[in-house]
Amino acid sequence: METLNFQFPAAQPGRGRALVGCVSSGDLEVLIEPGQAGSLDIQVVTSVNGSQARWSQLFQRLFDGRDLPALKIDIHDFGATPGVVRLRLEQGFEEIGHD
Amino acid sequence: MTDSERLLHSRSFVELGARQRARALLDTGSFRELLGPFDRLMSPWLPRQGIVPQADDGVVIAKGKLAGRPAVVAAIEGGFQGGSMGEVGGAKIAGALELAVEDNRNGIPTCAVLLLETGGVRLQEANLGLAAIAEIQAAIIELRAHQPVVGVIAGSVGCFGGMSIAAGLCSHLLVTREARLGLNGPQVIEQEAGIGEYDSRDRPFIWSLTGGEQRHASGLVDAYVADDVEAIRSQLLALLAAPSAQRASRHQWFLERLAQLGDDCPQLDAAAVRALYQGDA
Repeated sequence: METLNFQFPAAQPGRGRALVGCVSSGDLEVLIEPGQAGSLDIQVVTSVNGSQARWSQLFQRLFDGRDLPALKIDIHDFGATPGVVRLRLEQGFEEIGHD
Repeated sequence: MTDSERLLHSRSFVELGARQRARALLDTGSFRELLGPFDRLMSPWLPRQGIVPQADDGVVIAKGKLAGRPAVVAAIEGGFQGGSMGEVGGAKIAGALELAVEDNRNGIPTCAVLLLETGGVRLQEANLGLAAIAEIQAAIIELRAHQPVVGVIAGSVGCFGGMSIAAGLCSHLLVTREARLGLNGPQVIEQEAGIGEYDSRDRPFIWSLTGGEQRHASGLVDAYVADDVEAIRSQLLALLAAPSAQRASRHQWFLERLAQLGDDCPQLDAAAVRALYQGDA
């Protein structure tokens, strides 16, 4: 298990909270909340060691060209593949968009 | 309605997560979660052992209404660590039941529903999990004197270990065909008894002895329903209005039945177990 932290530039704090997924095999839990203005902070607790580069690239690809609200994102990962991670994050963004 | 139409209109309960299950059972709009994931009341023991925790420790506690009556639902998430009971998740359930008892003492007739998907105690939290299960069992006994406590085992994890004893203490038990109920899980029995007696990979054999249909036919649970949200909810409401079978206080009757088998009886099959438990107390 390892804990990773990521930070990306962002705009004003977003609104609403969302929880998607579950810490079950091959899945992950994503908690999204409003963050501090100007910053999108992500903490990843993952069961897979040595995955810093993979998470970093995944976030860069996902956020590339997007205007991001300032959010605090907590991820509890239980061996999800990058595809599943991306689906869960998109699902979470969609849910806070609905509020 | 044709079979295919019925299939298209049904909503599976087994496929729902713990939070969705609690929401699906409670009256529309009445769901209110206590100690939710954003409170981040997590297991302090799992990360120390290199295991990723979950924000709600795999237990969802929700207050709400069931056909207008005040209710608390405790739903276990079977996907997280096999629904195992640790210190935090166990305390959430025990605390919810104890608060329901307090409600009843203050004139609020709060009933309880336990959505049981659990392998029993969380081995990584050992005695703390066992203590929590003991508290849950004590709280069930206290609450059921005031209002019904209904256990629902939908599957696919089932209900085992100390939590199977908690299930047996409930006023009513409701199962589906996917459900299993037993003290020891199949792999534990295989390890103890040998593969010749109990093959844990033989799924039809396992379900024939511990599955929901068999447990209902043996009189060990009160209701057996299809895996459908509406069917489970309407059966749950019916059980809330029905008198309890008070199975836990009939242990002597069950022990007498078992004693009839004698010391050197051959291994029972499903039909023999059903026949053994027929009749009234």
